[in-house]
Amino acid sequence: MNTARNVNGREHRSGGQATIHFTVNGRNRAVTVPPMKRLLDVLREDLHLTGTKEGCGEGECGSCSVRMNGELVNSCLVPVLQAEGAKILTVEGLAVGKHLHPLQEAFLNQGGAQCGICTPGMLMAAEQLLAQNPHPTMAEIREALAGNLCRCTGFMRIFESVVAAAAAESATQAKAPHLEKTHHAR
Amino acid sequence: MEKCLTTRIVGASVPRKEGADKLLGRACYVDDMEREGMWFGATVRSAIPRGIIRSIAFDRHIDWSEFTVVTARDIPGENHIHLIMTDQPCLADGKVNHCEEPILLLAHPDKHKLRKAVAAVHIEYELLPPVFSIEESERQDVIVWGADNLLKSYLLEKGDVDSAFSRAAHLVEGEYRTGPQEHLYIENQGIIAEYSAERGVTVWGSLQCPYYVFKSLRAVFDLPEEKVRVIQTETGGAFGGKEDFPSNVACHAALLAMKCGHPVKVVYDRIEDLAATTKRHPSRTRHRTALDKEGKLLAMEIDLATDGGAYATLSSTVLSRATLHASGPYLCPNVRIRSRSWATNNVPYGAFRGFGAPQAVFAMERHMDEIAAVLNMDPVELRRRNFLHEGDTNATEQLMREPVILDQLLDRALTESDYSARRRRFAQENSGSTIKRGMGISAFYHGSGFTGAGEVYLNSLAGVDVTHDGHVRVLVSNTEFGQGTNTILTQIAAEALGIEYSDAAMAAPDTGTVPNSGPTVASRTGMVVGRLIERAGLQLLALLREHAGLGASHTRDEFFAACARYRAAHGELVSLCRYEAPPDVHWDDEKYHGEAYGAYAWAVQVAQVAVDTVTYSAEVEEFWTVQEVGRVLHPILAAGQIEGGVAQGIGYALYEKVVMQDGRMANNQMTNYIMPTAEDVPPIHVYFEQIPFRYGGFGAKGIGELPHDGPAPAILNAIRDAIGIGFNSIPLLPEDLYAGLVSNQPAEEPVLP
Ligand code: FES
Ligand code: FES
Repeated sequence: MNTARNVNGREHRSGGQATIHFTVNGRNRAVTVPPMKRLLDVLREDLHLTGTKEGCGEGECGSCSVRMNGELVNSCLVPVLQAEGAKILTVEGLAVGKHLHPLQEAFLNQGGAQCGICTPGMLMAAEQLLAQNPHPTMAEIREALAGNLCRCTGFMRIFESVVAAAAAESATQAKAPHLEKTHHAR
Repeated sequence: MEKCLTTRIVGASVPRKEGADKLLGRACYVDDMEREGMWFGATVRSAIPRGIIRSIAFDRHIDWSEFTVVTARDIPGENHIHLIMTDQPCLADGKVNHCEEPILLLAHPDKHKLRKAVAAVHIEYELLPPVFSIEESERQDVIVWGADNLLKSYLLEKGDVDSAFSRAAHLVEGEYRTGPQEHLYIENQGIIAEYSAERGVTVWGSLQCPYYVFKSLRAVFDLPEEKVRVIQTETGGAFGGKEDFPSNVACHAALLAMKCGHPVKVVYDRIEDLAATTKRHPSRTRHRTALDKEGKLLAMEIDLATDGGAYATLSSTVLSRATLHASGPYLCPNVRIRSRSWATNNVPYGAFRGFGAPQAVFAMERHMDEIAAVLNMDPVELRRRNFLHEGDTNATEQLMREPVILDQLLDRALTESDYSARRRRFAQENSGSTIKRGMGISAFYHGSGFTGAGEVYLNSLAGVDVTHDGHVRVLVSNTEFGQGTNTILTQIAAEALGIEYSDAAMAAPDTGTVPNSGPTVASRTGMVVGRLIERAGLQLLALLREHAGLGASHTRDEFFAACARYRAAHGELVSLCRYEAPPDVHWDDEKYHGEAYGAYAWAVQVAQVAVDTVTYSAEVEEFWTVQEVGRVLHPILAAGQIEGGVAQGIGYALYEKVVMQDGRMANNQMTNYIMPTAEDVPPIHVYFEQIPFRYGGFGAKGIGELPHDGPAPAILNAIRDAIGIGFNSIPLLPEDLYAGLVSNQPAEEPVLP
């Protein structure tokens, strides 16, 4: 990592390119790009993984969130050289085959996505939370998602989605039947 | 009730139509798209609020031969953005009227070269005196627009206001102000444009109203209809911010595409988006209200003013809606509302969810609590005594023909929030605590659809067709940007046709494919366009019954078999319907008199707020919202609309401050324009009462804008309840609370006669 940074740093100063190796959604990838290129742009432009979104480019909105080595990062703030050797998970890596990930399923059923632009980042933040804390309290959910802005939902349905996903994930192997949420509508 | 509530698909929370694509990261937003050989575009903008452009110089350090440069001279048609008026240039030509006004466009194959190039265009100006506020503009010392700075004015009169004032037991006055608000859609503005001599202009982009963009492109390029095509891409939030503004971006991208001969992508970054695009109109509203001894409204005199910014854009229609919502859901025999929108040299203000109503409702509902204080009356009771009921007329003398259940909404809001008990408890607890809690309320209505004869002028056309491979498509120009258009319109189509939800899909939102069913604004999609789809579905069934042997009741398979027979015999199977106004709708646009809206949605909201008298922060701890929006087409989407609107309303009240410095937004970053986060939004409790509206799609009325109207006054009323200080201006930030608390004076008691 250090070596890579030194080498790449020098190359960057000369306007050069560096080859970065990492694992994205379980696949080994190599890209040859300017080493200071943002991980966000590498994912979107070089790997054509456009599920990860840019909302602000300054670490405020969280729509570019991905998991890197088990941590949640804003990919707009990460120069790709820092991703050398890393394991990266993006929204495209959540579903397994044809099956939605429990979080995706829950967001779909609970109305956790409206315009959908914050959703990939929100899913990654929620995935990060549930990986570390499978049974979060409402306060923990709020805290974990506080770096991810959603302008559409007012967050209520996102919280409910995370609660539902946590319940589904902790349920037995048997596919848990989806419980219709009761609504105030009458 | 006109319609049976037993439907199969309408009223059920089916999965969002495009939901899986969004969750899988597959949904294609404009910045996710590429075109072969695509270049990138950027905008060179005015650095000053008002002046004459003296010279434009290009820095020698840049190799300009690599770039395409577009100025106003390159515009083949009209140099204006086609909207209500034609005063806004597409590119400034000789003079500028606001900061960030577009002057010149650049394109280059490498987007990373653009930022430097923009900075390397040096523009010299001769400064002209600018105007930045309503007060400066209405003084008319400096004229910055037209003959008098006045973008639009309305006068609405009911009864005899002046004589009613002479009979009043109480007279209460107040002045209320609201600041600009930024939409903060998480996806910035963006367009990709292509141009060819044979096909004309094609654009893809993040937008609400394909036919608005279509009309602007036709004007700027002087092209016939068949040579302009507008396609909406997945749109990452809009809230009105992508109603009119995308026309500017689209014209710019298309001009660059025409000149450089490549597709061009123009996507704003956040800093540019915040600085250069529209915001909610700031407002100042003065109320003067006469009441009798019992607290019944005798007369209201309302003077409402908005800052429209440098060009007319949508200021007239925003002002219209503000005017029509200014006197609230109350019965008052004598009303005079005078409203004016003033031009300034601020960046033009534009459409934002609620469209003038949040400003007007803030003033009315704050004022109601000030009246209650003067009368020493419970604010709940004051409202109850004055609510509109079925058979009453509102300020435009529109007869309330449909049931009005404000009392019921209020009762439910009070019960669900445990309003009285909490108020009593807080009154006890507050005295011994630095945290002071209070409960606040707001009651309001929101007109669904275009104002007055607006829907008649729109003359919307929408429908359904059945493709050769047996798919039902909904044909509308109404767009999805999170609110659920795709889902509710396909629900309506499937329900009307007696098929499954999965059998119906949306036709691509492409002006080359879909008819003009009007813009996706004004809470009109479910009610107005939904009704067109319902009618078109029934019309299609009638066609199949008459010409393809479909039985009086049918299964899904019988339906598609009949479609195949029809297509074999007659070819295309399409059913389109045009808007028809409900009967007895009369609107006088001169006098502002008559049926202002086809229907109203109604709501009562309650906020519980805690004011920390040490840190001067106010926090909404819990929120209740009870509304009647006609039939709820999709309970989860509907609740999501309400919750999202409430959260924006909370931001409007307590968080979101656009800091303007000499006509420029100083805090144009997400770091310092603060919206409520997951940790700030309180639990929001949502309750619907349903009274199907006979002229809405399966009984629907408007829903999208309503929830944004009420939170700000409910919150400031709760703060008044907590600390006894009535704040009349939003946003209310800690420094404003501090100022109010240290001056430690109870609310300025409004004047008594
Ligand atoms: S784009 Fe990275 S945090 Fe907003
Ligand atoms: S769903 Fe639109 S920003 Fe979250």
